[in-house]
Formats: sequence, C-alpha cells, structure tokens
Amino acid sequence: MPSYVITEKCDSCAGQDKTACMYICPHDLMALKEQVDPITKKVIVNPETNNPVMKAVNQEPVQCWECYSCVKICPQQAISIRCYADFAPLGGEVIPMLGSDSIMWTVKFRNGNIKRFKFPVRTVEAGSVDIFAGVGEAKADISRIKAPGLYTQHANGDPRTAITPA
Amino acid sequence: MEPKVNNWEFCKKPEIVVHETDLLLIGGGMAACGTAYEADRWATPEGLRITMVDKAATDRSGAVAMGLSAINTYLGENSPEDYVRYVRNDLMGITREDLTFDLGRVVDDSVHLFEDWGLPIWKKDEEGKRLDGAQAQREEMPSLRDGGNPVRSGRWQIMINGESYKVIVAEAAKLALENNRKATGVDQNHFERIFIVKLLMDQNDPKKVAGAVGFSVREHKIYIFKCKTALLGTGGCVNVFKTRATAEGQGRAWFPVWNSGSNYAMAAESGAEMTMMENRFVPARFKDGYGPVGAWFLLFKAKATNALGEDYCATNLEESRKLYGKYVDSLGTCMRNHMMMIDMKAGKGPIKIHTDVALQKLSETMSKKEIKHLEAEAWEDFLDMTIAQAGVWAANNMEPEKVPSELMPSEPYLLGSHAGCAGLWTSGPEDFGPDEYSWGYNRMTTVNGLFTAGDGVGASGHKFSSGSHAEGRICGKNMTSYCLDTKGEDVSFSEDHDELAKEIYMPMETFAKYSNYTTDPNINPHYIRPGMMQQRLQKVMDEYVGGVGTWYMTSKSMLEEGFKYLDMVKEDSLHMAAENLHELLRAWENFHRILAGEAHARHIHFREETRYPGYYYRGDFLAIDDENWKCFVNSTYDKETGEWNVFKREYHQLIP
Ligand SMILES: Cc1cc2nc3c(=O)[nH]c(=O)nc-3n(C[C@H](O)[C@H](O)[C@H](O)COP(=O)(O)OP(=O)(O)OC[C@H]3O[C@@H](n4cnc5c(N)ncnc54)[C@H](O)[C@@H]3O)c2cc1C
Ligand code: SF4
Ligand code: SF4
Repeated sequence: MPSYVITEKCDSCAGQDKTACMYICPHDLMALKEQVDPITKKVIVNPETNNPVMKAVNQEPVQCWECYSCVKICPQQAISIRCYADFAPLGGEVIPMLGSDSIMWTVKFRNGNIKRFKFPVRTVEAGSVDIFAGVGEAKADISRIKAPGLYTQHANGDPRTAITPA
Repeated sequence: MEPKVNNWEFCKKPEIVVHETDLLLIGGGMAACGTAYEADRWATPEGLRITMVDKAATDRSGAVAMGLSAINTYLGENSPEDYVRYVRNDLMGITREDLTFDLGRVVDDSVHLFEDWGLPIWKKDEEGKRLDGAQAQREEMPSLRDGGNPVRSGRWQIMINGESYKVIVAEAAKLALENNRKATGVDQNHFERIFIVKLLMDQNDPKKVAGAVGFSVREHKIYIFKCKTALLGTGGCVNVFKTRATAEGQGRAWFPVWNSGSNYAMAAESGAEMTMMENRFVPARFKDGYGPVGAWFLLFKAKATNALGEDYCATNLEESRKLYGKYVDSLGTCMRNHMMMIDMKAGKGPIKIHTDVALQKLSETMSKKEIKHLEAEAWEDFLDMTIAQAGVWAANNMEPEKVPSELMPSEPYLLGSHAGCAGLWTSGPEDFGPDEYSWGYNRMTTVNGLFTAGDGVGASGHKFSSGSHAEGRICGKNMTSYCLDTKGEDVSFSEDHDELAKEIYMPMETFAKYSNYTTDPNINPHYIRPGMMQQRLQKVMDEYVGGVGTWYMTSKSMLEEGFKYLDMVKEDSLHMAAENLHELLRAWENFHRILAGEAHARHIHFREETRYPGYYYRGDFLAIDDENWKCFVNSTYDKETGEWNVFKREYHQLIP
C-alpha cells in the first residue's frame, strides 16, 4: 500500500515549521516536488507568485513500508494509502485519525462495509513526561558503575539486580 | 571498467562538519534510546557528552516506527533461568547464556519505565476480564511495578496499546539527551537524517574506535564525529533477499525495510568479530500483508492447518525427527516453519490460520459487548503494528471472524533481537560466565570502545523491543565506565576529511559525470543505479544463498557459485551512481547490505549442517550435527583484502 498525496489537499506545509511528512518518513520517501500537469506536461505555477507549485510526493513507492507515519502526521489529511497493487485488489482503505490520547481507525472494505475502532495511544500527555519521577533526581551512585544492574534498579532496590544463575 | 575517482570535477563538494563528543550513539531505535536514557544518569554528572545520530526522525525510526501490539519480553513472575531455557530452546540449543541471563535480570525495568512514560499496558482484573491500558488507568489498577496483572498472550509476552510506543520511548531519550546537552554546554547532541557510513579507528590502535562519519540526507554536508566510545544501534538487515512481492509491495517486508545491515557491515569493516551470521529469521506470517501471528496463536488460540484440515506440526513430527531428533519436540519457531513447508511442498496448501473458528469459539460465552471488544482486539493487533495486513483484509473483503487467512513464510531477514541471533560477538557480564565470554565491558565488541545492542548483538535472540531497550541501557552504563577508565587516553584518527568526503560522495560524482552520455539516465554503461544494484544483490542471494526461490535451500556448490557473482556485485557497487541525496542514501544502504549478505553467505558456507530447518537448509548436510556443530560460528573480515576468516567458538551451557 504505497502512500499517495491528494493534490488539492496538500499545502506543502506552508506556514508550518517543517514539512511534516518529509520529516517523519523513516525511509526518506516523501519529498516536495514541482507539480507537472499530467496531461499538458507543463509545470504548474502559482498565478500570484509565478513560482512553481510544490507538493509532497512519495518519491519511491516500491520502498514504502505502509507504516502510516506520514498519514498520521499530515495536518491537512492529504495523505492516504492505496493497498499495494501487486497483491491487493482495489477498493480497500484504512484511515487513521490520531488524537492526543487515542487513535480512531476506519476500515473500508472493497464491498463498501465499514468498521470503526478506537484505541488508546498514551496515558501520559505528550510533553509532560518526567523521566526523573519516581527514581529521584539523585545522581547515580558512581561507585556502583561496575556492579550489575541498571540505575533505576539500584534506585528502587530491585532484588533482581545482582542475582547470578541458581 | 575504469575505476571511478572523485576529484569534485562534476559534483559540488559538500560542507564538512566536525562534532566532538564522548559517547556516540549511532541509531535512534529501541536500543539507542535505552542507551541515551541510562547513559544520561551515569555520564552527565561526570561531565561526559552524549550524542545521538539517527538516519531518520527518532520519533518514528527503526522497527517500532508503526507501533507494536505486544511487549514480547517481560519476565514478571518467571525466572531469568527459565528465560534462558526458552531462548536456548527456540534457537536450537545454542545461545550465549551469559548474555541472555544478564538480560533477563534487567529487562522488566525498562517495561516499568515505559509504563511510567505513558505506554498503555493491558491489565487483567480480578475476574480475569481484559482491560486496555486506558481503562486500566481509569480504574486505577496498579502499575506493573506495583504488582499490576498484565494480560499475557504467552508466557513471556504482554499486550499493549502500542501505536505510540516509539514516540513515547523517543520522548524519554530526547529528554535525557537534552539534560546532557544543557549540563555539558553543547549546542546540539541529537542529529536526525544523518546516515552513518563507517566507523573511524584510532590511528595508534587499529582495534579501538575513535569516531564515525556520515552524511546528511537533507543538506549537502558530511558529518565527522569524534568520540571516545560508540554504540552501534542500527538494527537488522532487510532487503538483502529477493522479496515475495513483485512490484509495489516490495517495501512490505515484515522487518523494517529501512534497516539495511549497517550494524553488521560497519562492524565487519572495523574488524569486530561477528557471530552466528548464518542465522536468519523467516517468519511465517499472514500472506502478503505479513501480519503477525503471535497474538492469534497465543491469545486467541487460533490453529493452523493444511488444506486437508491436518495440523502439520502433528502429522509431520515423526518424519522430521529422523533428521532433527530431539529438536523436533521443542517445536521452536524454525521447526514449525519446517513442518509447514513439508506440506506446502507436497501441494497440501494453502496453509490457513483459522481465525474464524478461534473467534467464534471465544465468543460462545460472551455478551454482545464483549464480542465487539474481542473483534476490536483482533484488529488492533494489526492496526498497531502491521497496518498493511488490515488493508489486505479490507481489500479482499475478509473478516477474520468469518473466514480463515492464508499463512506464508517470508523472505529471510538478518536480525539479532527477534527470533534470530545474527550479530556481533560481545563481552558478557563480569559476575558470571566463562572468561572467554568476558573481556572487560558488558556488551563491548572485540573492538575497544565499540558497543552494540538490540539487533546488533549476536547469539542472544528473543530480546525484542523491551530487551533491546534494556540492552541499550547496559551499554549506556558500560560506555560511561569505559570513558571514565580511559580518561587520560587520547583518541584520534588519521583519515583526511576531504578524502572521506570524496569517498562518500563518489556516487554523486559518477552520476554528474556520466548521466548525460545516454538519453535515459537509468540505462548507462558507466554505472548502475542503487535500485538496480539492490535487485541484483537480492537475486544472487535468493538463488544461491537459499531465498524463497529455492525454498530456502542451498549447499556448498551453490554457495561457491554464488560467491563469484557476489564478488562482482561488490566490484560493481563501486560504480553506483546517485542523482541526489536520497539516492546517495540508497547507495550507501546497499554497500552495507552487500557486506551483511556476504557475511551471511560465508557463515552458511562454513557451518556444515542444517541447524535451523525452516529458516534455511544445507542440501549437502540436511541433518543437525550436534557432535561437530553445537558451537558458535564466528568470523572477522579484512577490509583491505576482502577476506573472511571464519572459525568455531565453544558453546558453554551455563543453565542446566
Ligand atoms: C513487524 C514487527 C513486529 C514486531 N513485534 C514485536 C512485538 O510484538 N513485541 C516486541 O517486543 N518486539 C517486536 N518487534 C521487535 C522489535 O521491534 C525489535 O526487537 C527492536 O526494535 C530492535 O531494536 P534496535 O534498536 O536493535 O533496532 P531498531 O529499533 O530497528 O532501530 C534501528 C535504528 O537505527 C537507525 N539506523 C539504521 N541504519 C543507520 C545508519 N547507517 N546511520 C544512522 N542510523 C541508522 C534507524 O533509523 C533506527 O533508529 C517487532 C518488529 C517488527 C518489525
Ligand atoms: S502531504 Fe501533508 S504533511 Fe506532506 S507537505 Fe502536504 S500538507 Fe504537509
Ligand atoms: S507510509 Fe511510512 S514508509 Fe510509506 S511514505 Fe509514509 S511514512 Fe514513508
């Protein structure tokens, strides 16, 4: 299922601090490209600025893992996935809607049936995690650096820290 | 063909950025995120600088980019001894038991941290009812650390709502890096979109790491990192074998298509000793979409049969015993594959997993609401970690509660953290294990100062996401220790910055120089483009090294024929041409993949038995041969001569 970008919806993340899909794709697939009219083969220009219109494109669909990272992050909901055509018949679609604490999924079947699911994604608000909580800000006891066990295990007195095979 | 040279005649020289640090973390996956977290605790108060370099955006990089629906290693009430027995059993009797035990005593701590950081973990209430992670939180059920009861899908696995698993783990790692950055007064210590190409060795001690070099995929810049110690946390190797998919679907590997064997190739080139590179993972998965089967088999209790309705693991048991003896009874992952393949080759397919029967059976005693919940759980398994499979179902009008699905063994992948054990030979813990397994710092390779974790560590599989994180943490602590012990020592490399830049940008120069020679830049006698190079490698590996095309079968004679072609693949890789930075990335991924593939082939050639039936077969040695081969196969590579030195290392059983 390579990703594709709906021409009308993509605004190239103008006004955002980064091009979201390009930033997130783990395989460097999304790229901003000049748009060429598929019929006339002419570069499409913005009539106001006279600059070519830039839009996101999956530049190498055969390498797409279909991880939906780009779909989930696009602020315009401009990206969808069309099932890999070498084995999936046309018409199925899976649509995520990622919120701050949960994700909504819509699964559309080829025959038109629809299923919806909602799952939690996190129980602590993004950006509010305190990695020092619970284990104190105390710095590690450097005298234990050669001892087995990890920092939080030491801090919490985890009995497993130094056991050896029975 | 004339050798390619880069004197910046046709392509512009990139800017060279030099960054100095103490602990360099290469990769930003589960392992490297663990390293960042733990290292911050030990290294920051000592004034040591930590730097992370990832080829992608750490929030969604590596194998967990899409999320996961289970944590596959959580010991809980189980003992580390039993964990060793389970791993040894699944890996056909050979594992580094010191490493496995050592992991078993720390892994749960990482899972507890994940829960603190907001990863929703399913819980079971007193009546045995399953609650998702958010419900459990609302009902104020205790955390795992405080005795909360996880939903076990198997003895070692627990269920999670893991869509944002990687985002959560990355957030903690980034906070740790930020803490270190502020404390040490550094401008930047987290670099994304930089692909590391190779390690740089100390000029006075070629067995000691001194840095690494890579390039930006976004700007025309070469990055040279100088360090005291480095972590190789760059994951496994995918796309080294021809894929079952033929066109668009080639990206749908089960393992992450973007991990290209950097861990193995960079280690080999640095002279680090590798182990068990003959091992591979061939997961049996839902056909085409490669949806995972774990929860289906373990949690929903689905059964798989051939077309005659027979359980192939029962009907083929006695036949398999002839070659594989006692190993048949342990029914490890590869053994199950083996018995499935017997039926597939006999035309008794398709092999189907009866999701319909399983779900219907579970629903018999359920209320309508509970059935809805069960259906959601079944779909979540895919939506959280292999969305493609949900797409394949939707496109084929398949509802798992109504129809069964076909299973298929995938193309092979090289990895060290999942149900496989390819990787580097690392030092074990100091407090137990034989001396020959321990030479100083826990998880240090045979190159001084070079550590690895997760998919990078060989001979210790079944660590999965949690174990990779915990193993990264072991590295974080030991890298700090190494830095403190070597404080006064100077490390530096002699490579000329400009020469490094020339080497890295060679494919760009080649394209700029020759692409105008033909009317189609794809077909040009002077070079090969990375996409095509990859296909060539995949075809050689498939046909000679036991890919899907030969039903995973190879032999001495086939391998030796294959080596001739692999040599030419290697020679031709120096003629790759890259039009832009994206293609330069693909070129360098291929350099790494080719070397990882070669290591794999060399090891298979050396091990004269079939240790992992169902993963691969040596047709000339079809049986398991414990007398001669119950040992590790290790190797080193000489990058000057291109020669491999492959040898045996003793296996010690430490846990009865
Ligand atoms: C489909 C699937 C299902 C799985 N299911 C489960 C499960 O249910 N439960 C479970 O616990 N585990 C599961 N796993 C396994 C788990 O994801 C891995 O064990 C774990 O992620 C390995 O960690 P790692 O750090 O070694 O590699 P990764 O997490 O893959 O990280 C590799 C990192 O290296 C970076 N990188 C690669 N090359 C370079 C380079 N040259 N330069 C710079 N950076 C580079 C990548 O961008 C990435 O950041 C699953 C994996 C997959 C793919
Ligand atoms: S597809 Fe979406 S994320 Fe990508 S550039 Fe367009 S608007 Fe931005
Ligand atoms: S689905 Fe994943 S791999 Fe494909 S383009 Fe989007 S982010 Fe990249």
